[in-house]
Amino acid sequence: MTEQRTDDTRKGVRRTVARTLVALAGMFVFAFALVPLYDVFCQVTGLNGKTSNQAEALVHEDADEGRMVTMQFITRGSPGLPWALEAHTRQVRVHPGQSSEVEFTFENLGDEISVARAVPSVTPSEASLHLRKLACFCFQNQRLAPGERFEAPLVFQLTRDLPDDIQTVTLVYTLYRQDAAPSPGSGKQVQGGDA
Amino acid sequence: MASHLPPRPTAQQNQADAGGMAVDEHHHYGPRGLKRWLLTTNHKEIGTLYLIFSLTMFFIGGIFAMVVRAELFQPGLQLVEPEFFNQMTTMHGLIMVFGAVMPAFVGLANWMVPLQIGAPDMALPRLNNFSFWLLPVAFALLLSTLVMPGGAPNFGWTFYAPLSTTYAPPSTTFFIFSLHLAGISSILGAINIIATILNLRAPGMRMMDMPLFVWTWLITAFLLIAVMPVLAGVITMMLLDINFGTSFFNAAGGGDPVLFQHLFWFFGHPEVYIMILPAFGIVSVIIPTFARKRLFGYASMVYATASIAILSFLVWAHHMFVVGLPLVAELFFMYSTMLIAVPTGVKVFNWITTLFRGSLTFEPPMLFALAFVVLFTIGGFSGLMLAISPADFQYHDTYFVVAHFHYVLVPGAVFAIMAAVYYWLPKWTGHYPHTRLSQWHFWLSVIGVNLTFFPMHFAGLAGMPRRIPDYALQFADFNMVTSIGAFIFGASQLLFVVVVVLCVRGGEKAPAKAWDGAEDLEWTVPSPAPLHTFETPPHFEPHRH
Repeated sequence: MTEQRTDDTRKGVRRTVARTLVALAGMFVFAFALVPLYDVFCQVTGLNGKTSNQAEALVHEDADEGRMVTMQFITRGSPGLPWALEAHTRQVRVHPGQSSEVEFTFENLGDEISVARAVPSVTPSEASLHLRKLACFCFQNQRLAPGERFEAPLVFQLTRDLPDDIQTVTLVYTLYRQDAAPSPGSGKQVQGGDA
Repeated sequence: MASHLPPRPTAQQNQADAGGMAVDEHHHYGPRGLKRWLLTTNHKEIGTLYLIFSLTMFFIGGIFAMVVRAELFQPGLQLVEPEFFNQMTTMHGLIMVFGAVMPAFVGLANWMVPLQIGAPDMALPRLNNFSFWLLPVAFALLLSTLVMPGGAPNFGWTFYAPLSTTYAPPSTTFFIFSLHLAGISSILGAINIIATILNLRAPGMRMMDMPLFVWTWLITAFLLIAVMPVLAGVITMMLLDINFGTSFFNAAGGGDPVLFQHLFWFFGHPEVYIMILPAFGIVSVIIPTFARKRLFGYASMVYATASIAILSFLVWAHHMFVVGLPLVAELFFMYSTMLIAVPTGVKVFNWITTLFRGSLTFEPPMLFALAFVVLFTIGGFSGLMLAISPADFQYHDTYFVVAHFHYVLVPGAVFAIMAAVYYWLPKWTGHYPHTRLSQWHFWLSVIGVNLTFFPMHFAGLAGMPRRIPDYALQFADFNMVTSIGAFIFGASQLLFVVVVVLCVRGGEKAPAKAWDGAEDLEWTVPSPAPLHTFETPPHFEPHRH
């Protein structure tokens, strides 16, 4: 009888272990699956304020003359990249549906060639679904020689279906170095230098 | 106070009853000395190893906290560099969470789960040995980062990217590896506990007959199985970002730092319940013993524990109210968080109702359990305040948050562990802990804890940010009180070590049933529990809950 019991127990333990191992593997895969799921979710809902990586076509619609939206531009550098990025106009007032152009200037203040990209982010994030970029320097990397200046346009349109409660849209461009990404060690030193 | 305690059951009283459980020490042919501990597969020895390890880590993490409190004793920078201060806060958190609290609960489970369900050992004894010995390796590795160039991890125990990737010290890779090892250890421990509870219960013991400590641990183990792989996934992504040029969390490469926070808290919120559910179980076992009543609402306790576990997967973004969530998400996570107060309230209600009209006595385990109920509830209330999303914008990353989670973790989880140690020490060592010293330890701890963490609420509400080595002058008084409290609390834990050592070496002999109102199966084996128990399954008499 005890023999029987230990045999049953052994089988039970083996079954439990097998099931928990399957659950473990499942959760590990799920953790990685969350990354693309999150991206898709954000693309559909616009929640992380990312804009499209490619030029989009103009939606032909009449500008909503009765409504004004403030479009603000903020530019930021990042440690380890001696570049300046300036918007010629910090803020424009646009009608939804209308397309506008704003000039930006890149300048390499360092003494070596470097490659960087301006990565956009939109606040409030719901607006990112309604911001269409017809032309943008952010679609590709910029490569600048020491002291070189470079002017690039941003052509954008806020579509008319922009939710009514949004009166101001802020578009932030952050410069990130794309060549020889600073290693964690050097990143630390930059940070230490600041502190 | 000692004079008010009831007479203890005498040694002869029921040692005889337990005599049937053959003491078969002589069957143990295992190696002696160091190898005995290195190779042991006995659940009691491994449980002891876990508890000793946890206590060691508790002191190491405690020393880091003392460095932090010493620096914050006065405004201005006195003792340590800001960089080192950040390493101290980070290491304190990591060591306490992964090195002290979690292993302590696993140690208690190792010791007590087989005894409480009438099993001869854990289901997978060799795996048990492996999962313990991973821990010293993991934490030796983690602590070794303190002497590495660039210093130890300095990005807080939540290791938010990109602070922990792009801007992290080079030692981060070691940190990731040590966390992987600790995670594997927890996972193996959880598998073992689930397999033991589901398959090795004494004949006749149904699930709803199990002591609550076993129930809460079963649910905790499922939480571990569900979220430790997510933690492993997150730190693997960090590893890839740091060393292999991927961009999971790097905005420059198309990744998203906010994704890190979502993944981390998807692990992190269930993790905080992993650290508190076994504590609920311990308190639910101790309070009925010293109230000499059955636990009120046994079934509702089980369902409340399961509800808390399920809800814990739906609330993670309440740690992220200020990252820019849409309004709908703010509301969803606010309400779901508040919902957790319902099953938790059920538990507190049941404990109080168990105490109601009980024949209470205040032995050391009961003192800690009662302090747990009161102080954990305070931590729960500040949690409710933090759950209010509009208010959280003010409280976020202030000392109010620090006060909140220390109230649930120190007089919550840590007090429950201490209650458990005092409760089961007679079973482990065969001796009662020294009453007078235990009472000193208790009162110094309670006073120290409250002196430390209560003023943090006020400092936080007044706007003091967390994780800073220096602060504005108006916070000076609160911080000085907090630091004094911390030193009292820290020093009084030395007393705990004295009590435990004295108890191991001698003291008043304890009978098999060491506490008058104790009912569970572990009290049917002799004290100290022989190395092998329940080799033949005990006869379990289900009592109505």
